[in-house]
Amino acid sequence: MNPEMILFFIFGAVSLIGAIAVISFRHPIYSALSLIVTFFAQAGLFVLLGAHFVAAVQVIVYAGAIMVLFLFVIMLLNLGTLSAKGALTGKLKGVAIVLGILLAVQGIYIAVNALKNTALQDAEAATETVTTYTIGELLFSKYLLPFEVTSLILLAALIGVIVLVKRENQTEN
Amino acid sequence: MQLGLEYYLVLSALLFTIGVIGVLIRRNAIIIFMCIELMLNAANLAFVAISRNLGDPDGQLFVFFVMAVAAAEVAIGLAIIVSVFKHRETINVDEVNSLKG
Amino acid sequence: MFEQLIIILLISPLVGFLINGLFGKWLKGKEKLSGGIGALAVLVSLICSIIAFVKVQGGTTLPNQDENGIVYEWISGQLLNESFTFNIGFHVDALTTVMLLVITGVGFLIHVYSIGYMHGDAGYTRYFAYLNLFVFAMLILVLGNNYLMMFVGWEGVGLCSYLLIGFWYEKQSATDAGKKAFIVNRIGDFGFLLGMFTLFAAFGSLDFVSIFDNAEAGNFQQVFGASTLVIATLLLFVGAVGKSAQLPLYVWLPDAMEGPTPVSALIHAATMVTAGVYMIARSAVLYNIAKTGVVVAWIGVLTALFAAIIALKQNDIKRILAYSTVSQLGYMFVGVGVGAYASGIFHLVTHAFFKGLMFLTAGSVMHAMANELDIRKMGGLRNKLPITHATFLVGALAIAGAPFLSGFWSKDEILHSAWGAGGSSIAIYIIGLITAFLTAFYMFRLIFVTFYGKSRVEPEVASHLHESPGVMWVPLVILAIPSAIIGLLLGVGGHDSWFHHFTEKVAGFKGEALGSATPFMIISSIVGLAGIAYAWTRYKNRVPSTEPTNTLQKLVANKFYIDEVYNTFIVQPIKNASHFLLWKLFDTGIIDGIVNGIAALIRVIGGTLRRLQTGLVQVYIVSMVIGIVLFLAYYLFFAN
Repeated sequence: MNPEMILFFIFGAVSLIGAIAVISFRHPIYSALSLIVTFFAQAGLFVLLGAHFVAAVQVIVYAGAIMVLFLFVIMLLNLGTLSAKGALTGKLKGVAIVLGILLAVQGIYIAVNALKNTALQDAEAATETVTTYTIGELLFSKYLLPFEVTSLILLAALIGVIVLVKRENQTEN
Repeated sequence: MQLGLEYYLVLSALLFTIGVIGVLIRRNAIIIFMCIELMLNAANLAFVAISRNLGDPDGQLFVFFVMAVAAAEVAIGLAIIVSVFKHRETINVDEVNSLKG
Repeated sequence: MFEQLIIILLISPLVGFLINGLFGKWLKGKEKLSGGIGALAVLVSLICSIIAFVKVQGGTTLPNQDENGIVYEWISGQLLNESFTFNIGFHVDALTTVMLLVITGVGFLIHVYSIGYMHGDAGYTRYFAYLNLFVFAMLILVLGNNYLMMFVGWEGVGLCSYLLIGFWYEKQSATDAGKKAFIVNRIGDFGFLLGMFTLFAAFGSLDFVSIFDNAEAGNFQQVFGASTLVIATLLLFVGAVGKSAQLPLYVWLPDAMEGPTPVSALIHAATMVTAGVYMIARSAVLYNIAKTGVVVAWIGVLTALFAAIIALKQNDIKRILAYSTVSQLGYMFVGVGVGAYASGIFHLVTHAFFKGLMFLTAGSVMHAMANELDIRKMGGLRNKLPITHATFLVGALAIAGAPFLSGFWSKDEILHSAWGAGGSSIAIYIIGLITAFLTAFYMFRLIFVTFYGKSRVEPEVASHLHESPGVMWVPLVILAIPSAIIGLLLGVGGHDSWFHHFTEKVAGFKGEALGSATPFMIISSIVGLAGIAYAWTRYKNRVPSTEPTNTLQKLVANKFYIDEVYNTFIVQPIKNASHFLLWKLFDTGIIDGIVNGIAALIRVIGGTLRRLQTGLVQVYIVSMVIGIVLFLAYYLFFAN
């Protein structure tokens, strides 16, 4: 029982509970808050994996920016709880849970068995920590083009949002 | 001694599955959206874990890009949800079925 | 040089057609220009024809004519390992030049006449475009050096005939007549096509020269055994029967009078309807070998008699002339049928002049009478229309066989040849003589009722009764001259005449000496004059009664009910068969059934599949996840 394992189980348990809470709460505001918890726990897992930069971005972008957006929309629309059972969801629920279990079993099977006898199993080759320096260097050399494309995607999203909202105003007028 | 890769991957699989189940059983479009974020995060976790085991920082770069795309996606998606809500006064996906054949 | 001349001759009307056809919009209102272009185009052809005629008479032939004077290789290919070619090429000999002179000469005068006749018509440029196109097609028909080119011209003139009969297409009767002409001609053309196929199967070529040479040498495939040529010539004759309005396909020609009168003169009297005679004369070699001329002669003489009888009781001036045309065409077929090809073509030439003349004078009468056609409403027009009367009289005397006018020479030659041809030909001669009597009778019945006696013209028409303008009567006078004397010029001497000598170079044209023609001439003259005299006694001061008095007259007045018989036994059954079998059963039942059935099937399938498209996004996701699970299961547990 080394410290990493202890921490892993703590973070893992928190993120799982948070995830289950996301899909269980009626009110979307609780779901959103649970999701933030999950994101923080994941950030902890990233630190455990030596990905400090990713952990920081996770907190800043996900838990910060994205979730703020979610909360903002929820408040903007002033959504209450939806009625518990829809016509379809009731029937689907059983199917969905069975499917989910099957998917989980398959995922675990891959994690435990399918990856055996591959290079991935060889943890000795692993580096301890990837520094921000390394990531920055890669980002502006090897991944320069994808990086620029990402900026374009964000720009497109920005414009898209403006158009969507603007058109809405016009139809209202 | 490091913790084995399979721990992280099992956790990732479980989180992903929870996301899938959420998408399937919830009818609130915003919660469905959150579940999608959950799945993306599960994938990110797998990326980072494998990246560490391979000793290759590229996996973390991918996480970075996933996050950027997710941010864009959330912005657009939420704008669409707002639009739909303004039109139909609801974001219940059961009621948004104008593409019914 | 000669070749270029022929090409100019041929192309000139086509150019006229293109100018009037394509730029008709700009020529609208400029009638003189439009008509002038049309007439000029034919005048160029006429001049070329005269040059060609002189050259051919001087012994010039087209270079390569004997090797199938090729201008352009049209179609070439392989059939059953034998290569074949169809060429655009010309064959110019005495027969061709005679036809060329008739077509362009009469054609030119009719173009000039039309400038006046069609004055003020809304379709003025269209009329001249069609007329030029007709001349072009007719020239192709006679100039071609193979049956295929002849067929192209054959169909071309048929098309123009259809267009011009239905020229006033606002009139239901005109469009009906156009369709009737076209459909009846199709029956004949079908025979012509089959005849061509037979010839092609037998000879592997459609060129005149090679077919005739091989036929004479007996060097061809016996595709139908010994009767190959009999079948081929009879099938070709079916085409001639349709085009030249012989029994039993003559019914379209009287109706074709719905077209403008100059069209009736050019197409339905002088040129197109004689295409069948030309075709048989051109194929003389084949008819001589096959000995099918007797069929041609009998059909011809029966048509001549039959049409002449019908003409006796008609009261429509153009219809009388139409039946007369049918009757005279019958004479031509007698001529070519009994082997006197030169005589048949001679009659074709004289008939083109005098019948064209009579149609044009009929047009002149109509012009004066505000398009009145019923001769019972005329009478006494002699004083008001002196030129028209005089020229018509010349034409009528010519067709009636009055001595020394053109019809006298050509008709007499045919009857003389028929007498001497042996076999059943004496019967043909007697029927021909009876027909000659009837011809003289109905023609002068027409003249006496129209131009003599008391005027029965309705007052409002009578007030502006006038002679036609110069552009119309000058062609009449010009046409009257050859109508009177061309027989004298060409025909003196019977089978020893200049015309026979000129055409004897064409294969199969050698007429035989049949002894003295003088007795026949005397008999013909007496018969013709007797017909005129009988008409004088009957119709000098009498109007044809409106109602037929006895059964026989009724039968004749109603044209033996041939149209009704055709309608009942051919048209209606086909119409009913089309209606019930083709339309109701096959078209709506089977074709529509298949189409609608497929549509209905797809609708059922679509209706079923549509339910999968719930519009509920989660249902789609469930299907997707099921797919993912299945694929993963396959790859994880079964793939290896």
